[in-house]
Amino acid sequence: MNGLIKGPKDFWAGLLYLTIGGLGVVLARDYGMGDAARMGPGYFPTVLGALLVIFGAASLGRSLFRRGEAIGAIAWKPIVLIVGATVAFAYLIKPAGLVLALTALILISASASSRFRFEWKATAAMFGLIAFCSLVFVKGLGIPLPLFGTWFGG
Amino acid sequence: MEILANLGLGLEMAASLSNLLYCLIGVFLGTAIGVLPGLGPVATIAMLLPITFGLPPTSALIMLAGIYYGAQYGGSTTAILVNLPGESSSVVTAIDGYQMARKGQAGKALAVAAIGSFVAGTICTFLIALAAPPLTEVALKFGPAEYFSLMTLGLVASIVLASGSLLHALGMILLGLLLGMVGTDINSGLARYSFDSPHLTDGINFVVVAMGVFGLGEIIANLQHETTRTMTASKITGLLPSWADLRRMVGPVLRGTGMGTVLGILPGGGAMLSSFASYALEKKISPNSENFGKGAIEGVAAPESANNAGAQASFIPMLTLGIPSNPVMALMIGAMMIQGIQPGPSVMTEQPALFWGLIVSMWIGNAMLLVLNLPLIGLWVKMISVPYHLLFPAILVFCAIGVFSLSNNAFDVYLMASFGLVGYMFRKLDCEPAPLMLGFILGPMMEEYLRRALLLSRGDPMVFIERPISGTMLVIAVIALVVVISPAIRKKREEAFREEE
Repeated sequence: MNGLIKGPKDFWAGLLYLTIGGLGVVLARDYGMGDAARMGPGYFPTVLGALLVIFGAASLGRSLFRRGEAIGAIAWKPIVLIVGATVAFAYLIKPAGLVLALTALILISASASSRFRFEWKATAAMFGLIAFCSLVFVKGLGIPLPLFGTWFGG
Repeated sequence: MEILANLGLGLEMAASLSNLLYCLIGVFLGTAIGVLPGLGPVATIAMLLPITFGLPPTSALIMLAGIYYGAQYGGSTTAILVNLPGESSSVVTAIDGYQMARKGQAGKALAVAAIGSFVAGTICTFLIALAAPPLTEVALKFGPAEYFSLMTLGLVASIVLASGSLLHALGMILLGLLLGMVGTDINSGLARYSFDSPHLTDGINFVVVAMGVFGLGEIIANLQHETTRTMTASKITGLLPSWADLRRMVGPVLRGTGMGTVLGILPGGGAMLSSFASYALEKKISPNSENFGKGAIEGVAAPESANNAGAQASFIPMLTLGIPSNPVMALMIGAMMIQGIQPGPSVMTEQPALFWGLIVSMWIGNAMLLVLNLPLIGLWVKMISVPYHLLFPAILVFCAIGVFSLSNNAFDVYLMASFGLVGYMFRKLDCEPAPLMLGFILGPMMEEYLRRALLLSRGDPMVFIERPISGTMLVIAVIALVVVISPAIRKKREEAFREEE
């Protein structure tokens, strides 16, 4: 971070507020403002967006003057693996079915831990969990999840 | 005695065999998640919400409530035995509880925590029963202007009582309110911020946000700092406190209960703040204050009763006004709406069995916790040592299936993944996600009440100030904001929250 920004946390949070608030105001322009007595769908979102822009600017301003902590290390490996595992589940659930989607979810996410090893106990636990979910959620609670998806003609 | 009749009706409802069972499941699960590392009540209730769709409304709410106050019990067990608070509300319990455990008094500390929580739960149940009808009476007179002002006051109070930066608390509330605008506007039928996606026209389900931010986001944050838990006491003996111990507990427990009840009613207060405040109070006034931090029984009894009272008192605004004071209550409101019950003052008059059944079930649940927890301590001890690397994939599995089952759609799972990313980012930027959840839930309601109030007044904003109840609430909100911004108070507040960390 260069010398101008003293509080990086305030800076990025401010930028976030500014962007989302600004986006909120710009998009709400198509929604019709109406007036105070008969508010259009754009009225309240515009007010909120504008307030958020103000707070974003305040946070940005503060980041230039008040020294704050550094953001610190970002956990890239857990981010990629946990989010990736969830996305893999969402992608696989319909075509591959619950059993394979869960296998992918568990294996990918578990590898995010520094203690991840292939061992028979953990593998057994994984199959136990999959069996539990298949029985409780699909058979027991009747959630319409295919155990095996369209790839298997399910 | 109308209150006795009401409690009788509640007892009839709560003591039915199936509801007793759901209550038991709830408090058992609650204790388990309180004990298990890295899994809080918000994520758990969000995960279990889809399962409750098929249950009768009363049973669903009884179970979900049990999870919340059960988690307060479980959290104290980890705090005492491993010096790691299972829940944020048990942070201060760890100070003296862990010291007691190191002196070989782990059993006594656990018993003190359980008894303190039970007494607090009992008193608080009666307070809710007493306070609810008059509050509901007042709330029934509320018009849209009063509701709008009440929500504003609620949001402001949640900022004042939250830790961390005021600017970011306000920012997160606004972000949450704006997020709540996604979906079809009920008045015009226009889809707002939906980006032409059919999945977004119904709005974002709050379960998706809660699970993403509190479930996934927390997993990522926990994985960054993986720690191993080591147990102090392997064998826990001497569960029963002596008469002298019990006598020493009375004052702290009663003061803790009072503190917890008052702070629990306020938005943003809830369990965490009350446990901290009552510990600070006892440290000041206790004759045994020099022993605080070295294993004082009072230092366990006071915060434990306070956090339990706080957890239960936060049901008061939820049940009587339909306003959530913390993210867990926001989920409870969501659970009610899914069951087709419109939260608000009408719940008590239209659904008396549900209302009183839930209240009485809290007392039954507290009794269950007391009876169950001490004999089952061996089981909880085993659970404490469950390694996180085996646990978090299972949490993720339940989150994914739970979110998918909301509308049997993979889109919600993708959305949850992105909220997980956002949740981690908030943590890195020191932006508390709880105000965002409150704003998200209250957003659509606030807009609706604002519209109605201004429609009735023909666009005159003075209506919010001229109506006495509404005006008073706004004045209180302004005073609270001014007070908290003033430099002197601000310094004190920062000190207070630092001590807690």
